[in-house]
Amino acid sequence: MKKYLAVFRIRFINALQYRAAAAAGVATQFAWGFLEIFAFSAFYRANPNAFPMEFSHTVSYIWLQQAFLALFMMWFWESDVTEAIEGGAIAYELIRPMDLYKRWFAQSCANRSARALLRCAPILLIAFIVPKPYRMGLPPSLPQFTMFVISSALSLGVVVATSMLAYVSIFYTLSSTGIRSVFTTIVGFLAGEYIPIPFFPPSIRAIAELLPFAAMQNMPLRIYSGNIAGRDALWGLAFQVFWLSLLIVLGRLAMNRALKRVVVQGG
Amino acid sequence: MRLYMKFFSMHMKSQMQYKLSFFLTMIGQFLVSFAILLSLYFMMSRFNVVMGFTYEQVLLCFASVLMGYSLAEMLGRGFDLFPRMLGNGEFDRALVRPRSVITQVLASKMDFTRLGRILQAAFVFIYAVPKSGVIWTRDKILTLFLMVICGSLVFFGLFIVYAAFSFFTVEGLEFMNILTDGGREFGRYPYAIYGEGILKFLTYFVPLALFQYYPLLYLLDIEKSKLYMFTPLLSLIFLLPAYAFFQYGVRKYKSTGS
Repeated sequence: MKKYLAVFRIRFINALQYRAAAAAGVATQFAWGFLEIFAFSAFYRANPNAFPMEFSHTVSYIWLQQAFLALFMMWFWESDVTEAIEGGAIAYELIRPMDLYKRWFAQSCANRSARALLRCAPILLIAFIVPKPYRMGLPPSLPQFTMFVISSALSLGVVVATSMLAYVSIFYTLSSTGIRSVFTTIVGFLAGEYIPIPFFPPSIRAIAELLPFAAMQNMPLRIYSGNIAGRDALWGLAFQVFWLSLLIVLGRLAMNRALKRVVVQGG
Repeated sequence: MRLYMKFFSMHMKSQMQYKLSFFLTMIGQFLVSFAILLSLYFMMSRFNVVMGFTYEQVLLCFASVLMGYSLAEMLGRGFDLFPRMLGNGEFDRALVRPRSVITQVLASKMDFTRLGRILQAAFVFIYAVPKSGVIWTRDKILTLFLMVICGSLVFFGLFIVYAAFSFFTVEGLEFMNILTDGGREFGRYPYAIYGEGILKFLTYFVPLALFQYYPLLYLLDIEKSKLYMFTPLLSLIFLLPAYAFFQYGVRKYKSTGS
């Protein structure tokens, strides 16, 4: 366990160095969040009754999504990992006395949380002071906030475990072009990256809420504002734990199978 | 021009060598904008109208912006990769050749995988044009063409601005994304739904609304004045400062060395 924590720490500190890029990113994400909220507000004015969440809940959802973009978005791709598989550097990885799955898992978590940490503070700060309908609210209660924190961590785990499955598939296809955009788009859509899951038509929503993708950003971002509260939120956490463990088991199995027949290209 | 066509067919042929990879990337491109289309459909089927625009009318915005952007990106990809060209010294070679720099950057890269998006925009047009409730006269067909072509030129202008910025800084170009990628993604709705302030900005500073929102009003007979038909042409003024900025960058350019 200690060595994986060390991997986490090294990667985390390393990713914290990119401050200028983060500053530019913050400006973009802030503008992006505002435009999303303006669009939702136009729909809200068109027909408040058809709005499936409270408007303030939607506002919190968007701001948190922008603030913790790096934590939850599927399209952050660990190019170190994919390049190792495509380029053959995987050979070096395999002779290290470390479990590859755990190592890559720790590395992805570190990169994502460092990026999120760098970017979230200014966005949240502004989100809390902009004028009223667009301002982000506080969580309704302390237990609710605690559940949000736990759910965020679980959600990060589910996102990373899912992308591990995608990385493993590169062992078979040997090229990440195509897979990346197809995979990240479909998973991202079902996770509620484009519009929150409650905005899906009822029948599709019912299915989407059972899939592992609903255990990603959908949970923490809705628990924060109290859109999912109390007992439902606890069920949500259980739902996340269930998918997280299943995805990790599947991911490890798939990886072991892939590693048995791995062919390193080149000499 | 003949030289450019030569490069055009050269890039086309070279990309066709890797057919599977080409089509996979193309499908990926198609899917990315399809997800946006799907979310638009979900929203519109729930709310029916937004600011008085129906689903099919909003689709006209979506398709014209998507097509304009993808055309610009397909042919102007060289400007997107321009920072790399500066970094590896390729630009120095361009400077000493007896052709204009812009032509050379244009010819340096074309990306035909964007056809995936262009195709999608075409499908959406086929669906939305008859259903949008627009009475299609010759003027209105011309307006729609102007929306797409001028849109493409303005996005192209933004790519030039992006490239010009990279003369001065390599870090932090990410903020341009809100205008390019953001312009495309948020252009799925009429720009007016984002409120007065945003609309003003997109009219007077970065004239994205001039080829999308105002001509749409003309198409839908909300504004009958011919002026609205020709607003896309007005947006082309943006190309002047974009070009000037790029030239300024070229003059200030100091090579990074070998």
